Amino acid sequence: MATIAAHVPSTSHPGAKKKKSLVWDLMTTVDHKKIGIMYGVTALFFMLVGGLEATLIRIQLSKPENTFLSAETYNSLFTMHGTTMVFMVGMPIAVALFNYIVPLQIGARDVAFPRLNALSYWIFLIGALFMNSSWFFGAAPNGGWFGYANLTEKLYTPGLNTDFWALGLQALGAASIMGAVNFITTIINMRCPGMKLMRMPLFTWMAFITSFLIATALPVFAVALFMITFDRWWGTNFFQTMAGGDPMVWQHIFWMFGHPEVYILILPAFGIVSEIIPTFSRKPLFGYAVMVYSASLIGLIGWGVWAHHMFATGMGPIADAFFTISTMIIAIPTGVKIFNWMATMFGGSIRFTTAMLFAVGMVIEFTIGGVSGVMHATSPHDLQQTDTYFVVAHFHYVLIGGLIFSIFGSLYYWFPKFTGKMMNETIGKAQFWIFVIGFNLTFMPQHWIGLLGMPRRTFTYSAELNLGGLNMMSTVGVLFQAVSVLLLIANIIYSLKRGAAAGPNPWGAATLEWATESPPVEHNFNRLPHVHTREPLWLEAAEIEDAARGTPDPYIHMPPSSYWPLLTAFGVVLTVALFMTGIWWAPLVGMTWITIGAINWAYEPTH
Amino acid sequence: MAQAAAVTTTHDHGHDGGHDHAVPYTSTGISMWKVGFWVFLGSETLFFGTLISAYMVYKHESVVGPYSSELLDIPITSISTFVLLMSSLAMVLALDALQHQTRKKAVIYTLLTAGLGCVFLGFQAFEFTHFFHEGLTLQKNLFGSTFFVLTGFHGAHVSIGVMWLLILAVDIMRGRTGPKESLRLEIAGLYWHFVDIVWIAIFTLIYLIK
Repeated sequence: MATIAAHVPSTSHPGAKKKKSLVWDLMTTVDHKKIGIMYGVTALFFMLVGGLEATLIRIQLSKPENTFLSAETYNSLFTMHGTTMVFMVGMPIAVALFNYIVPLQIGARDVAFPRLNALSYWIFLIGALFMNSSWFFGAAPNGGWFGYANLTEKLYTPGLNTDFWALGLQALGAASIMGAVNFITTIINMRCPGMKLMRMPLFTWMAFITSFLIATALPVFAVALFMITFDRWWGTNFFQTMAGGDPMVWQHIFWMFGHPEVYILILPAFGIVSEIIPTFSRKPLFGYAVMVYSASLIGLIGWGVWAHHMFATGMGPIADAFFTISTMIIAIPTGVKIFNWMATMFGGSIRFTTAMLFAVGMVIEFTIGGVSGVMHATSPHDLQQTDTYFVVAHFHYVLIGGLIFSIFGSLYYWFPKFTGKMMNETIGKAQFWIFVIGFNLTFMPQHWIGLLGMPRRTFTYSAELNLGGLNMMSTVGVLFQAVSVLLLIANIIYSLKRGAAAGPNPWGAATLEWATESPPVEHNFNRLPHVHTREPLWLEAAEIEDAARGTPDPYIHMPPSSYWPLLTAFGVVLTVALFMTGIWWAPLVGMTWITIGAINWAYEPTH
Repeated sequence: MAQAAAVTTTHDHGHDGGHDHAVPYTSTGISMWKVGFWVFLGSETLFFGTLISAYMVYKHESVVGPYSSELLDIPITSISTFVLLMSSLAMVLALDALQHQTRKKAVIYTLLTAGLGCVFLGFQAFEFTHFFHEGLTLQKNLFGSTFFVLTGFHGAHVSIGVMWLLILAVDIMRGRTGPKESLRLEIAGLYWHFVDIVWIAIFTLIYLIK
């Protein structure tokens, strides 16, 4: 970095002049790469938190009539496990990759709104800490990640548990919407010359579609959270059955958000796999255009399937039939993707690196989850499976088998770009196989546990169900998964210290991010590249690499760092925290804080 | 935040550091702020859409009065709706004045927009107090809950818009926002027109349809 910086006027490198402390640098940075790393590290931390919660749940369920956990603690654990994994791991880890990779893949120097990007991160971090602080007040959320009304009304859950949940998610949701606005604008408006929409790498396409889903689904959830909050604090009647309120309205609104949310989690995984498989097959992605169209269709139809979460509520045959059909239809574009990945590998010169193993593993494990998904798309079938461990098995196959496999693969794939070091392949392959064994051992038996009638969300089960053996198997699987995750962490630490130097493009990949230095310089590209193809580093490498790493532009302007995002984010979480005091004017203090932050932000010079 | 509109330009290749030149490079030729703000408004549409849907779903579900048919006053609300529509006209004139005419005119029209917004808020305050005296509260029934939360969120949006316009008016007066920075007023205008359109939807669906 230093050698490149020497050619660039010092104004573009405020950090190069006077050395800032690392902490201050991270607190005020607006660099998409640093924010991406912070998102990723935070999400991995919460993955450990959520994983610990899952481990406790599995220990409790390892044998019938276990007394390891109380029913109350168990409720909080499964609620926070779900909430953590969806909102503090799944979404932010995708956003971490969007942050780091998307600007590089489209040949941009940063995202469209760098300070807004920092604000999203800080609200996410402080909001997530706020929600998890509920453990220390003995008020961890306990109404399920789906927060079904009217269980979550003050009458039935009088403590602050649900308030931590609803208000914390309100903050996280706002951060996600800001992030989505940022990425949509970045992708629409900051593509380098020649980077037409249909030349964008698939991962960027998935970031684009996911961001649209976030921008449209999260405001729906925000309204649901406002309703339950007002019901609890101001006595409104949205879900008060005595006043005519209908708990079904909560379910409809929640799943209207909740099903697009499923695709918010899985589309980034599709994007990752669509990068890894072509690279390690040495072939362009098979059916690029169809991959884009099918993902767009998934995003679109994903809005019309929400009530398949509600077959057991008695909506009537017409609604049941409609949502059965729409849910089955969505399997078609998904199946198209599976076949396209297979066709990409077919006839390619495949290298089974750890990243490739995870990508191929994802295609297989995700398909298993997809098949069980089609099974309970059928409403009569679903009536048998609702609220059993069969459903738990299904969504862990799509979320771990789909998302987490891809995330692990993406770490091995992009780690050289993030750090300039290669990850250790031997530890990596060991980690992969232990994870495959552990994951299948944990969740495959849950199909049978569910079909044999064990209900989910219940803290124990009778010995007469005869499910002790299968449950013990499932719990032992968690041990393998834990070892695998610890191996991953060990590998990251080891590779940071001892990893071989990566160079710009260790995998011989085709997309723009591999033209930059590893790790990229602050301004990413010395000159903005001009692309003419979908695989610039395979078809026009010389020009592209010269633009990325050759003589830099004489004038590169990067936005200066700012502490207003951090301060404003603090104000956002302060507002929701003060709301919980019940003093009507207290949140106004937080709002004033936000307003002061916003005005100072607006007048802050960015040159 | 619109203040930052013209200055956040990561692709700016200029070197004098001023904000008075060169539209930054974008793939579409449309400014970052305009694209971003349209996306944000799309998101807001879903927010209000959900609130309006909740009102419609619960329309005849209140178990005690006062009911919507007894309280909603179409003639008075027509006047306040007209006022809000006129504020959108003033908004258009303000932007035109800033871009093509005098600073003074721009300030006057911007203040007129904010003023008409305040008149609308006055009507809303009157309406809320009137309903309150008729016995309708947030807690009373589903009509009260859905109506006050929906129109309350809309009123909050109008209030934010009024503050935004007042800040811009001062800025234009002091010469900090001139024709070259008119994007700031344009973005505020997008927001203002959006809030206005939401009200048209509310007025039609909640007041006019029995």
